[in-house]
Amino acid sequence: MQWETVIGLEVHVQLATRSKIFSGASTAFGAEPNTQACAVDLGLPGVLPVLNEAAVAMAVKFGLAIHAEIPEVSVFDRKNYFYPDLPKGYQTSQMYQPIVGAGEVEITLEDGTTKPIRVHHAHLEEDAGKSLHEDFHGMTGVDLNRAGTPLLEIVSEPDMRSAKEAAAYLKAIHSIVTYLGISDGNMAEGSMRCDVNVSVRPKGQEAFGTRAEIKNVNSFRFVERAIAFEVERQIELLEDGGKVVQETRLFDPERDETRSMRTKEEANDYRYFPCPDLLPVVLDKAYIDHLRDNLPELPAEKRARFENELGLSAYDASVLSATREMADYFEEVKDVCRDAKQAANWVQGELAGALNRENLSIANSPVSARQLGELVARVIDDTINGKAAKQVFQALWNGQGASADDIIEAQGLKQVTDTGAIEAMIDQVIADSPAQVAQYRDAEPDKRGKMIGYFVGQVMKASRGTANPQQVNELLRQKLDALC
Amino acid sequence: MHDKTLAELTRSLDAGDFSSRELTQHLLGRIDRLDGELNSFITVTHEQALAAADAADAARAAGKAGTLTGLPLALKDIFCTQDVKTTAGSRMLDSFIAPYDATVVEKLKAAGAVSLGKTNMDEFAMGSSNENSHYGPVKNPWDFTAVPGGSSGGSAAAVAAGLVPAAIGTDTGGSIRQPAAFCGITGLKPTYGRVSRYGMIAYASSLDQAGPMARSAEDCALLLNAMAGHDLRDSTCVQRGVPDYTEELGTALSGLKIGLPSEYFGDGLDPQVEAAVREAIKVFESLGASVREVSLPHTHYAIPAYYVIAPAEASSNLSRYDGVRFGHRCANPVDLIDLYKRSRAEGFGDEVKRRILIGTHTLSEGFFDAYYKKAQQVRRLIRQDFLDAFEEVDVLMGPASPTPAFDLGANKDPVSMYLQDIYTIAINLAGIPGMSVPAGFAGKRPVGLQILGSHFTESRLLNVAHQFQLATDWHRQRPALAEENT
Repeated sequence: MQWETVIGLEVHVQLATRSKIFSGASTAFGAEPNTQACAVDLGLPGVLPVLNEAAVAMAVKFGLAIHAEIPEVSVFDRKNYFYPDLPKGYQTSQMYQPIVGAGEVEITLEDGTTKPIRVHHAHLEEDAGKSLHEDFHGMTGVDLNRAGTPLLEIVSEPDMRSAKEAAAYLKAIHSIVTYLGISDGNMAEGSMRCDVNVSVRPKGQEAFGTRAEIKNVNSFRFVERAIAFEVERQIELLEDGGKVVQETRLFDPERDETRSMRTKEEANDYRYFPCPDLLPVVLDKAYIDHLRDNLPELPAEKRARFENELGLSAYDASVLSATREMADYFEEVKDVCRDAKQAANWVQGELAGALNRENLSIANSPVSARQLGELVARVIDDTINGKAAKQVFQALWNGQGASADDIIEAQGLKQVTDTGAIEAMIDQVIADSPAQVAQYRDAEPDKRGKMIGYFVGQVMKASRGTANPQQVNELLRQKLDALC
Repeated sequence: MHDKTLAELTRSLDAGDFSSRELTQHLLGRIDRLDGELNSFITVTHEQALAAADAADAARAAGKAGTLTGLPLALKDIFCTQDVKTTAGSRMLDSFIAPYDATVVEKLKAAGAVSLGKTNMDEFAMGSSNENSHYGPVKNPWDFTAVPGGSSGGSAAAVAAGLVPAAIGTDTGGSIRQPAAFCGITGLKPTYGRVSRYGMIAYASSLDQAGPMARSAEDCALLLNAMAGHDLRDSTCVQRGVPDYTEELGTALSGLKIGLPSEYFGDGLDPQVEAAVREAIKVFESLGASVREVSLPHTHYAIPAYYVIAPAEASSNLSRYDGVRFGHRCANPVDLIDLYKRSRAEGFGDEVKRRILIGTHTLSEGFFDAYYKKAQQVRRLIRQDFLDAFEEVDVLMGPASPTPAFDLGANKDPVSMYLQDIYTIAINLAGIPGMSVPAGFAGKRPVGLQILGSHFTESRLLNVAHQFQLATDWHRQRPALAEENT
């Protein structure tokens, strides 16, 4: 039988607010356990939450970016359950009236085609703390630093049909939230996690199969692998005459499999009800308009502009607009050197290669966009040749100079274009290479083209690489041919 | 010294008749001698009180006295007080020392008040008799066989017994007004949102409100001046200017339109209570007010609606008492579930457990719409009843409770206990302010007259009560206990 996979994602994005969603405590990652949890985060008797406006603004920006409807009123609800890292015994979330309504995200597949994925809604909620099961000898440690960190949960419709589509969707969300600057998107630190709903159905059947929810998958790669395993498991089960049960499963990246956590029968009744400590959030049109007017250019718009206005290829435009850091870097190089194509080649060529070799992100590049732009400008205005440019790039990378010009000056890499100087060097090389000149003269004219390389190399060497290669080529040919 | 009102005490302190230290010492002495039997305090903070009194005396000497400087008062043990045990009347918090002051406590301290300690209460403010306290019942100073009312029973009894001139209570369904009525003192539940709830241990968040309990309406005005106002730490606390609540005191009542809700004078109302209340209404008529009957048609839905909404909120608010971070933890838990179950089973009393069960049930999947949603709809109708009535009249009056203080142990059945709050509960659902003022006696037990106004009309309510107290001396009656010159 032919099977079709149906996938829906719930993506939890940690918002980049300085303080928590309902308290003034810091959200910085990596502090000593329980040093960033105030009375409100600890759920002490008598404390009350106060909504952080920055989290609201970020959620609305996301809604506007995916062209979602932004309801005038949204309401916080309490999701009640007991867990040691949930200090109040409830999580403040939005169940019935979320801050962001239905919207749409466009994903780009590997073959370059695009597909719209509908977003059902996105809601604000607080994160829980962390339970630490190691190093406590039969006990569990609780770190509440993360408790109260603002999350935006983005819930998709079941519109994805493959693991690749799911990964592309996750990447698109990642790209949007980092472009908007509402999250650092750091998956290793848990800034983006997702729950994956997976089901299979016979191809052509309209009704959905029973789904399993895989909790807390935290990388693009794991999403693909978890789905691949789960799809295979479900198909095998069904083909053996079994049934998929609705349950929550956990992905184990070590063993590359998903395991059952709890079935529907064991599921909690969360007893949602409106949080009486928080007022409904009422957004007026002026507030939303202000946020809309100040939205940055988004990935899709940027890709289109790179292609249409800067004349980049579809491929280049898509690579260079993939992340905001990449796009910002490229745009600065382009602004400094004033040539989009050269800028694109350098960012994707020399720079990307060096970053890959040292496993660095573009944000941590030792060569700044301005430095690279100035270097490319010197190639464009013929101050240096391509070979010298690579040398200058390496020197910038190693921190051997503050700017391309400094390095060109210090290492004497300025291209020699003075015909007299080049002619003098050529004459010297010809005088020093009687054997090679004789070979050249004796060769068939159509073989001479290849033999000229030796002389070019010698002249470039004599100029320490600074002679203009085209000029050297041309003048050499003239002089050698005159000898024949 | 211990019979005076706050206003009178301030005059004495200003005149140098006695110092705040002398006054504080005198009252601490009375607490030490009399409260063993009365049981109105859970914690008495002798040292902190004397230190605060000394600071107040120094401030007064330096000419820097504020409105409450040097005046002793007591705090219901539901307000978090830094470095002082805060129990909410529960075994669960028997060992809990709050690391911060509630906003109300902070404000009263800033105004110069001297706290003598924390008063007894029904556990987590759930009760109408103060019999649900882990620290034992409080006795009514007028009759030791009677309850003081609840949940702010300790605050009411302490004021009535002359242990402290004023106390702060909280009112979720009548917990200031009913004990004030039972103990013959003056109590005010402000409009919901008038006073910050930050640091006040939550029972039912959409109903809880702190207010003053004292010997006169004037004293309540002085206290409300210090307590009211917006608080950035409480989103439900309104951003609205705070008037000087003493300013309207002295306005004549001629032309005042009083409404008597017919539903508040029906079956179940004790005839002696009714007689006292009707007598009080006549006083207002003699002061130039007009009286008419009005109807609050949804009154009989108030108790059912309240006992859906309040337990629902409570079941969630009390989830944080899980034995993990603070409060009672059972000995030697074998696993997490055991820790939760036994810590909560041991830490909470029966009434608290009952309300957690009710609330958990009404919020459950499949019941939410029938209970919680329906109750919220009823709540809107009840609120509308009051808004409609206030289109016709300025204030509403009636009894604060259907009976005078009942005997200790008399109401064993939870439902008959819940029915005690029939005249007070709708006020919390509507969010409007209400007062109880002494209006006579049924035998030797006091009767309270309830006065209600529309949202944010505390100034008017306080003046209406004040005018009544200028014309009567019910509020000046003291129980025999307090009259002993000890």
